[in-house]
Amino acid sequence: MPILSDQIDPRSAAYQANAAHMLELLAEHDRQLAIANAGGGEKYVARHRQRGKLLIRERIQLLIDPDSAFLELSPLAAWGTDFPVGAGTVTGIGVIEGVECMITGNDSTVRGGTSGLAGVRKSLRALEIAIENRLPFISLTESGGADLPHQSDIFIPGGKTFHDITTLSAMGVPTMSIVFGSSTAGGAYQPGMSDYVVMIDKRSKVFLGGPPLVKMATGEESDDESLGGAEMHARVSGLADYFATDEFDAIRIGRQIMRRINHRKLGPGPRGAGRAPHYSPEQLLGIPSADLKVPFDPRDVIARIVDESDFDEFKPLYGSSLVTGYAEIHGYNVGILANHRGVLFNEESQKAAQFIQLANQTDTPLVFLQNTTGYMVGKQYEQRGIVKDGSKMINAVSNSSVPHLTINMGASYGAGNYGMCGRPFGPRLLFTWPHAKTAVMGPQQLAGVLSIVARQSAESMGRPFDEEADAQMRAAVEAQIERESLAPFMTGKLYDDGIIDPRDTRTVLGIALSVVHNNVIRGRHGDGFGVFRM
Amino acid sequence: MTLIRSLLIANRGEIACRIARTARDLGIRTIAIHSDADADALHVSTCDQAVALPGDAPADTYLRTDLIIAAARRTGAEAIHPGYGFLAENAAFAQAVIDAGLIWIGPPPTAIAAMGSKVEAKAAMRTAGVPVLPDSSVEGIDQIGMPLLIKASAGGGGRGMRIVRDSAQLAESLEIATREAVSAFGDGTVFCERYVERSRHIEIQVMADHHGNTVALFERECSIQRRHQKIVEEAPSPAVTPELRSRLCEAAVTAARNVGYIGAGTVEFLMDPAGEFYFLEMNTRLQVEHPVTEMITGLDLVALQIRIAEGHPLPAEALHPTITGHSIEVRLTAEDPAQNYMPMTGTFHRFELPHTAGIRVDTGISSGSVISPHYDSMVAKVIAHGTDRLDAIRRLHRALTESKVHGPTTNLDQLRQILLDPRFQSGDMHTGFLEDDPCITPTATSDLEFVAVALTMQARHRASATAWAFTPSGWRNNAAVAHAVTILDGDREVEVRYVLGRTLTVEITDIDQADPADPTGSPNIRQVPISQWEADTAGVSLSVDGLSACYEVDLVTDMNRTVAYVHSPDGSRRLFVQPRFPAVNLAGTAGSLTAPMPGAIRRVYVSVGELVTAGTPLLALEAMKMEHQVLAPADGIVAEVMIGVGDQVDTGQTLLRLEDANEDQGETS
Repeated sequence: MPILSDQIDPRSAAYQANAAHMLELLAEHDRQLAIANAGGGEKYVARHRQRGKLLIRERIQLLIDPDSAFLELSPLAAWGTDFPVGAGTVTGIGVIEGVECMITGNDSTVRGGTSGLAGVRKSLRALEIAIENRLPFISLTESGGADLPHQSDIFIPGGKTFHDITTLSAMGVPTMSIVFGSSTAGGAYQPGMSDYVVMIDKRSKVFLGGPPLVKMATGEESDDESLGGAEMHARVSGLADYFATDEFDAIRIGRQIMRRINHRKLGPGPRGAGRAPHYSPEQLLGIPSADLKVPFDPRDVIARIVDESDFDEFKPLYGSSLVTGYAEIHGYNVGILANHRGVLFNEESQKAAQFIQLANQTDTPLVFLQNTTGYMVGKQYEQRGIVKDGSKMINAVSNSSVPHLTINMGASYGAGNYGMCGRPFGPRLLFTWPHAKTAVMGPQQLAGVLSIVARQSAESMGRPFDEEADAQMRAAVEAQIERESLAPFMTGKLYDDGIIDPRDTRTVLGIALSVVHNNVIRGRHGDGFGVFRM
Repeated sequence: MTLIRSLLIANRGEIACRIARTARDLGIRTIAIHSDADADALHVSTCDQAVALPGDAPADTYLRTDLIIAAARRTGAEAIHPGYGFLAENAAFAQAVIDAGLIWIGPPPTAIAAMGSKVEAKAAMRTAGVPVLPDSSVEGIDQIGMPLLIKASAGGGGRGMRIVRDSAQLAESLEIATREAVSAFGDGTVFCERYVERSRHIEIQVMADHHGNTVALFERECSIQRRHQKIVEEAPSPAVTPELRSRLCEAAVTAARNVGYIGAGTVEFLMDPAGEFYFLEMNTRLQVEHPVTEMITGLDLVALQIRIAEGHPLPAEALHPTITGHSIEVRLTAEDPAQNYMPMTGTFHRFELPHTAGIRVDTGISSGSVISPHYDSMVAKVIAHGTDRLDAIRRLHRALTESKVHGPTTNLDQLRQILLDPRFQSGDMHTGFLEDDPCITPTATSDLEFVAVALTMQARHRASATAWAFTPSGWRNNAAVAHAVTILDGDREVEVRYVLGRTLTVEITDIDQADPADPTGSPNIRQVPISQWEADTAGVSLSVDGLSACYEVDLVTDMNRTVAYVHSPDGSRRLFVQPRFPAVNLAGTAGSLTAPMPGAIRRVYVSVGELVTAGTPLLALEAMKMEHQVLAPADGIVAEVMIGVGDQVDTGQTLLRLEDANEDQGETS
């Protein structure tokens, strides 16, 4: 077995500095999570509790198997926007009676559980993950409906949430709605489109139009219970399949439904329980460089996330700025592509294209460990066809049909983001380490390019170049680009599925691999050309 | 002289097992008898053969002379050992055994009969010069004076026994004692005896053979009793000097010889605080507590019984017995000392008593045994032998501490407390020991015990996980909510909240118990600073501030309820883990009072204002030639009847309305 060697000295100054920096960022990340977890704040949380209600994360905690893991997705959605951090919606993957499920729910302490743009995007992403991976979809509904002042942003995209629920059902993937509170008007289609509906006595409220609207429309006098109470739906309309006496009962019923759902994963199981790596994952704190300009060997990362630190490297001598090879993570076979020394040259691009084709031949899921500044520029590389070679790699990534999982462990710049399966290239799940940056190029480079262009423009027009203004412009642009490339900003925009502690990478990848194996694992092979030798 | 090759043991439980063990050692085939309830009992599997006696009640089974003799015939048993209790002191049974041509392992029927009446036995002893307490039939009570003790003449085991300290209570006490004697022994004869306060119970083991040898195998002290039944016995007695011992032994031998005694017997004495002793009665059988004598003398009393029955003389080691060390026995019973020793029934899914150095366990049950309500509540005897009394106490306490007795409530904790009681340790005992202090002080459960239960539950959940079994327990990328387990400890309800991140944080809350020091009345929440821990499905090891200990936790889930048995340096404890979700009340679904289908009302059984309980038929509805009963879904009061006999009703039509009897809030259907 090719066991990776240990190249790390935890006592070195560089390691210590990196680890200290990482711990600082993690502490800041925890502070941001605390803000999201606080929901609408003390006052609204207290009011929620006074009504005898559980908070959304408490509901999820009770719904999933005791002491099982829960992978929350995009907990910092809407960070850096006008919307509350977390977007008033919780989404994540958990295990219910042994079945991996996508669980979503409204945090009704946040603006009454109304959906804003970020919340809608978060829900749509959850549905996308559920569809791609055949995950049963469970919504814990308690929503005031659309955030009306922003209706123009959400009415049209929001409609797709209802569409996608039935897409899942049509695929044979169960959907369930447990209605903890209001789910009215358009929101009524949430339970309406679900395979299983649980409602709670005196709590659930599901109707198209409430008493005021009915009064306006037809003059009929009515009340909430007769229009959309749980008992009415359980006895009269039949919209509710299960009538729960309280929240605990509803969650118990939800678990009971999943217990008998007869869910089968279509992908193969792991080869067995994977044995732990030989090196401590704690050291992932100090391995990635705090300064993204300082490269690090991704083998040190691989040695701490794959089973027994056992890595079969492919083409190690060719295109050595990209490390490729096979390993197992928690018993799941994977192909790994990891950047080394940042830049992708012609050879690296060709090697990646070949490796991706080979993984498709063998139905092997791919893990991308990003730390790239992009494809090499310069006369020599252009003339050798770096655009053609990069395109081969991006083409291979685009058309590969095995599941892709991406971890941004440093830099994700330029077309390197595309080639290394960034968000636009549809990885099943994508997570970011706290210090990572994502942008079209580095802030200094971007500001420098703008400056050069301005200088050329001034020169060509014969105008004097204002050095002072240029310096100010560069500083301002650098600051802006720096801010917008940081992990919290990117996660706030839902350009990843969350920021993770590097030490948790093996656990997160294990969960992700288990999740993708709910669907068939089939690479693109057998109906076209063979693998092209690059 | 005969050679017994097969033996029927006319008993059950630990004594049947104990007799079988010696019989096997002697190369004797063993035959058990058993009731239906005992079909799976340990004594059945311990013996080579077993004969089923149909029924459960002792009167139908273990007390049936005819069935037992038939069983012996059928199996070709040559001898019958009666054990203790049941027919052991029944002269008619002994005679029937002998008449059937079988060997009776016990004293001659005449000796049994002579000692069977306590009044007559005492009279005989008085004549023989053995000291006795003044007594009288009920008529001559005045000669005795107060306090006095009423006893059943045919009695034993404390039944029919009452202390009277005030003559005003005499009439009532006599009546009760007579009634108890009738129900327990079928003979209402009672007599009165002077009652000696703070007396000790001292008894002498005797053995007599057919060759004229009668020996005393020293004393046993059995002063610690509950409801006049022994629970702790020891030999030798700390209150008996060598000089007193020889006088006691002499009196016992005299008593035995006086009735022509053969075999094993026990002469019981009462000893007053001044050291004077009085004959009480003679038990013409093997005693429950015989093992302590075996431990200090090195003799096997059952083997001696068999050899005597075969006609052998007593061996030299029995004729010249010596005392080595000290032995104490405790009787483990399935009863709750805190509830007036109420017998407990149920399954011991784990019953493990340690066999450590100097410890002997005599039991009739094992893990999985069911305790039925038909028989005695004693489940085991734990016997310690040490170089001296303190050594024996220490060994016995340690053995009880290590015992895994998981099932119905037992007196295990009480026994441990007795052993640690300074009165017991100094040998200052009398038969009212447990009346002075019953040794049932509850000890507070430590926080770490609660934590141990929570973390073992956690390990069990992880061990049974089918998906994501590889993740750290309760892993979160956003640890917003702690894991929580609620545990019941008697009346106490405790919530353990824990977060298993890179470090473990644990918080314990006593629900419904505000911190008295906190004027806001907020619940008493405390952090448990655990620095290191390890858990598996059998328990945890916890380290707090450098002090580490193991907590063994046995979790037993039955239906929706999980019981946790915790063993640690803090002792043994039984705790209940609350289910994650409250139990489902399937009947409680509100308002089944609508018509289940279209039809005609045929009968209305209730009227307005009537109290009904869940399941009460309210009315009958006929549809498609079938009559459907509409039952009350829950307890309540009939508030309104909307229909009458003959009415046609439609599906969902409200038929009547029930109101909660406790609240005024109407529960409309």
